[in-house]
Amino acid sequence: MIIAKNALPGLLDKLAAEYEVYAPVKQGAYSLYKQICNGAEADFGYVNSKIPPKGILFPQSEKLYSYSVTGEGTSLEECVDTRKKVIFGIRPCDAKSLLLMDNVFNNDKFQDPYYLTRRSNTILVGMACNDPAGTCFCTSMDGGPFDQSGLDLLLTDIGEAYVVEAVSQKGKDLAAALALGAADDSQKAAAAEARESAEVACAVNTVGLKARLDVNFYDPIWEKFHEKCLGCAACTYSCPTCHCFDIVDEAKDCNGCRVRNWDSCMFPLFTLHGSGHNPRTSGKERMRQRIMHKFKYFVDNFNATACVGCGRCIKNCPVNLDVREVLADIRGSEARSDK
Amino acid sequence: MQKLASAIQDMAKKLLEEKKVDLVVGFAGGSLPLRSTPCFIRKPEDAEKLTWDYSCENNLANYLRKREGKVAVVAKGCDVRSIVALINENQVSRDNLYIIGIPCSGMVDRVKADEAVEGKDLLAVEENGGSLILKGKGFSKEVKLDELLHDTCKVCRYGNPVVYDTIIGDTVPDKAEDSFADVAAFESLSPAERRAALAAEFSKCIRCYACRNACPMCYCTECFVDCSSPEWIKKSTDTADNIMFQAGRVFHSAGRCADCGACDRACPMGINLRGMTRKMVKEVKDLFGYETGVGMGEKPALATFTAGDPEPFLVKE
Repeated sequence: MIIAKNALPGLLDKLAAEYEVYAPVKQGAYSLYKQICNGAEADFGYVNSKIPPKGILFPQSEKLYSYSVTGEGTSLEECVDTRKKVIFGIRPCDAKSLLLMDNVFNNDKFQDPYYLTRRSNTILVGMACNDPAGTCFCTSMDGGPFDQSGLDLLLTDIGEAYVVEAVSQKGKDLAAALALGAADDSQKAAAAEARESAEVACAVNTVGLKARLDVNFYDPIWEKFHEKCLGCAACTYSCPTCHCFDIVDEAKDCNGCRVRNWDSCMFPLFTLHGSGHNPRTSGKERMRQRIMHKFKYFVDNFNATACVGCGRCIKNCPVNLDVREVLADIRGSEARSDK
Repeated sequence: MQKLASAIQDMAKKLLEEKKVDLVVGFAGGSLPLRSTPCFIRKPEDAEKLTWDYSCENNLANYLRKREGKVAVVAKGCDVRSIVALINENQVSRDNLYIIGIPCSGMVDRVKADEAVEGKDLLAVEENGGSLILKGKGFSKEVKLDELLHDTCKVCRYGNPVVYDTIIGDTVPDKAEDSFADVAAFESLSPAERRAALAAEFSKCIRCYACRNACPMCYCTECFVDCSSPEWIKKSTDTADNIMFQAGRVFHSAGRCADCGACDRACPMGINLRGMTRKMVKEVKDLFGYETGVGMGEKPALATFTAGDPEPFLVKE
């Protein structure tokens, strides 16, 4: 199937009439996924967004329910978002991150209705990466610039148009509803060529990483990584797989709500007990937790690494603490090679 | 720059070999274009990792508190001002500190570089006289280095360290007095316009607290935003609370902020934080004639008083 670029704004308008449409929007020098009212707001001249689109399904601050207490009793209103959504132009790495997050919010022990309702009502229209960034290492994390995992449709930029591939039934249904035309052979060939020439230049060798992490909890190597770390959440909040949260009640007089907020293992407050005791006393333990959670605990729990190689933590770190170097150091030398 | 880097390496090596210090805090080459990274050197043979150029933007004063032993720090003008402020607040001991001062003519703002290439992926940077050539896949753009400097650096009058044990590099020329034109422009807005301008800026905040954590003067054991009883601001992201957080931070650093711009540089969302911090810097300068971190032994403006202090807030006209 095919979408001509000049027809895209109109198509997004049409989608926006039925769905909440989220697409990359320019904000200064960077892009963010924002809800758009008309197609002209979207700008697909992006490498990837500054902050991942995970917040559309798992908002940074999310009201779970609100309550009020009156003379007649207590009333409670649950806030489950059932609106239909389309994320248009999600990158393959971010789509993959949602598959990873599914493990957390939908497993034998827990089914999170807030996330899962949004998830089932959301269509993911992917945009393949013809030109991955220098900080991308998705191919080292079981993904790729044209990876279809988790997507419903995948678009490939061929210059004047996007070649569209349906990945799931949801995607096929959407394509049918939009009455997309068929791509001709030369357009299909152009998409195939784009796929061939897309190169992820950076590789992170993870062979043996998990085995090292299984045994190195007390290794002196953890003494050094955190020394320059500021302990902010630029890495975790810009990570598409970080999913830790904190639940607070926000109340005024007899009215209030329960809110779920993103939290970060890099904050001292993250593990501070009510007693005042903190099991993770310094940056060392906090940094170790972040790496362990992504590359060991998540693997133990769900048999997958909680990193998709999007490179956002590398770009956003205020002191250039590069996770690729941390992983290389943990594995030993030569773990990372720039082709 | 190369010469400067090797002079810094030699000095660090000498200090460590002669056991004058146990640690040298400086910069090493980073993993991205236009990016150096803070590094900690403890062995003389590691001194060769040290570097110096226009990408050493972090304020290393942030790494000096609660250190044991003697520490040397590679410090540009603004780092030194923060160090002086920390010494004046008894947070760092001058006796245990060796300042390798570096005259600085400014650091590159990566946001400006990203803007110059319209958000495309920057892969390499080459120097060409007074210009930088920004390169990526399918583009190459030459931009004057001066145009890429942080706004802080453009108005900084203390590029030459005010205190040091040794100085490496040529002193930079003096600059004219800061006119605070940016603050004046903000002040000239109506209250509604000011509110709108602040809301537009702080709606971008993701509360990662990189600004607070990058600030050498933000060293409270418990930050007011982390306090749960009383809860000064909501834990949820909300533009009004985001503004309250910054306003609280700025008031708390009144007379303590050296206008180094570390907060602004750390912000991943590119929020103009100096709009607020500089308003306070200007207020303190206008009211008390005080500039932070330029005089060793000075009491911070709000930690002392003189009979001549203006008290406009007590006078009702």
